[in-house]
Amino acid sequence: MSLRIVVTVKYVPDATGDRHFADDLTVDRDDVDGLLSELDEYAVEQALQISENSDDDVEVTVLTVGPEDAKDALRKALSMGADKAIHVEDDDLHGTDAIGTSLVLAKAIEKAGYDLVVSGMASTDGTMGVVPALLAERLGVPQVTLLSEVTVEDGTVKGRRDGDAASEQLEASLPAVVSVTDQSGEARYPSFKGIMAAKKKPVESWDLSDLDIEAEEVGLEGAYTVVDGAAERPARTAGTIVKDEGEGGKQLAEYLASQKFV
Amino acid sequence: MAEVLVYVDHVDGAVRKPTLELLTLARRVGEPVAVALGNGAGDTAATLAEHGAVKVLTHEAAEYADYLVVPKVDALQAAVEAVSPAAVLVPSSAEGKEIAARLALRIGSGIITDAVDLEAGDEGPVATQSVFAASFTTKSRVSKGTPVITVKPNSAAVEAAPAAGAVEALSVTFSAAATGTKVTARTPRESTGRPELTEAAIVVSGGRGVNGAENFAIIEALADSLGAAVGASRAAVDAGWYPHTNQVGQTGKSVSPQLYIASGISGAIQHRAGMQTSKTIVAINKDAEAPIFELVDYGVVGDLFDVVPALTEEINARKG
Repeated sequence: MSLRIVVTVKYVPDATGDRHFADDLTVDRDDVDGLLSELDEYAVEQALQISENSDDDVEVTVLTVGPEDAKDALRKALSMGADKAIHVEDDDLHGTDAIGTSLVLAKAIEKAGYDLVVSGMASTDGTMGVVPALLAERLGVPQVTLLSEVTVEDGTVKGRRDGDAASEQLEASLPAVVSVTDQSGEARYPSFKGIMAAKKKPVESWDLSDLDIEAEEVGLEGAYTVVDGAAERPARTAGTIVKDEGEGGKQLAEYLASQKFV
Repeated sequence: MAEVLVYVDHVDGAVRKPTLELLTLARRVGEPVAVALGNGAGDTAATLAEHGAVKVLTHEAAEYADYLVVPKVDALQAAVEAVSPAAVLVPSSAEGKEIAARLALRIGSGIITDAVDLEAGDEGPVATQSVFAASFTTKSRVSKGTPVITVKPNSAAVEAAPAAGAVEALSVTFSAAATGTKVTARTPRESTGRPELTEAAIVVSGGRGVNGAENFAIIEALADSLGAAVGASRAAVDAGWYPHTNQVGQTGKSVSPQLYIASGISGAIQHRAGMQTSKTIVAINKDAEAPIFELVDYGVVGDLFDVVPALTEEINARKG
């Protein structure tokens, strides 16, 4: 038996940097350093754990769609222990929305071949959290998403999903799409050996023609949504700050009462 | 006037507040038609009618509870085909976003998630979103198909607007995919008696400065004096002092209450991402340099172990 796992990852602007929009209202990637989305590190970690806990022959492929620099995200995942990487890069992808991204990922996943897709719960930039569900819909396989625990055994994926109202145990047959939360387990740090080994691992580059996708299906032209405006939120006007000298609690209660919260 | 579908989030017939907010927003862009699914769906009708639903489409089947997400997508798709709405509105819960996304793909439409406001525009509904840790506000619209939009809790005040609320049975045929992911067990979350974090009008959060699980009792006491939900920063959750379900921030829950009180929270960007759209922000922190003070409407530089109990006592005294 063999198990082919594809982990989808995203290269995102560093949230601690000063993120803003470019003139065409897409995310400006030039002014902020990028990195592997933190929430995707959990996906890589779970894929590696599934691989390590399996008696099967497991291959972990990490996949991203993004500009040239997105290779950095792939290198990080490879240095953590993924076996190989696929980078989908094409100038026509600029401005692609979630629907378009799910199309590109789904075509690439099908071309790569898979039994299991593992994703993070959301990216740390767009934070929509919809791509795993979109992938399941496109691939026509079960979604087993937002898991805080995941196991794969005998062609079945099981996991726990902690929702607002209840905690659920889920089960589906492979092939399936899984997404994991930041509660699934701390992601490992790449070792020096891992970093060196990553340099020798294969990274395939595909463009839209490799995936039989027309330029107008993606990018700003193919997007199903339009951003008409983006305004920087005005800085909050300086609030009142008091130093507690024994009356801080009372003063705060007074403020809350003046605002009708009490 | 065009009809607008509103997906109803309910627990055994009890409608959750974000759905009532959606009905208010839906009236700005059309006539709300509610879709209630699963056990107790019919029981939602009176509440939905009080808040503006001209029609309530219901369907009860075991599949909604026994399988993940897809049966609800099948039903919503059937509702879209029956009604041909001008838009579909869904509450921005984790499940709501997944339902909305799959529906949008099926009906060839765009999706906008986590709207914080909605208004009618010349080319369909215009959604306001708050992005990049709330440092930017964007206006977006769906340019293809029937707009599918998910809206964050606390984005509108609930308004009563009595309407007919005529109940109609929705005819649903489940797809082959509907039974793909089985829910083999469900453990309801134990009720704390406090409001749901994402829906609460007031949230009181504790962070690293709370310094221990046992000390969260003083945060809870303050929350109870205000009828508030309790939140926690990632540092407090990672330390095991409070459950992850209460984590506010980029990798936890995003909250947007009328009042947010941060105690012993420095205000790292990841935390700010989850609370910065709160209407009024208050912080209590020993460190006058903590970045949270850049956001506050009112801040107290002081020891939370002095300030929080004093505040709680004063609030309780004022309530008499």
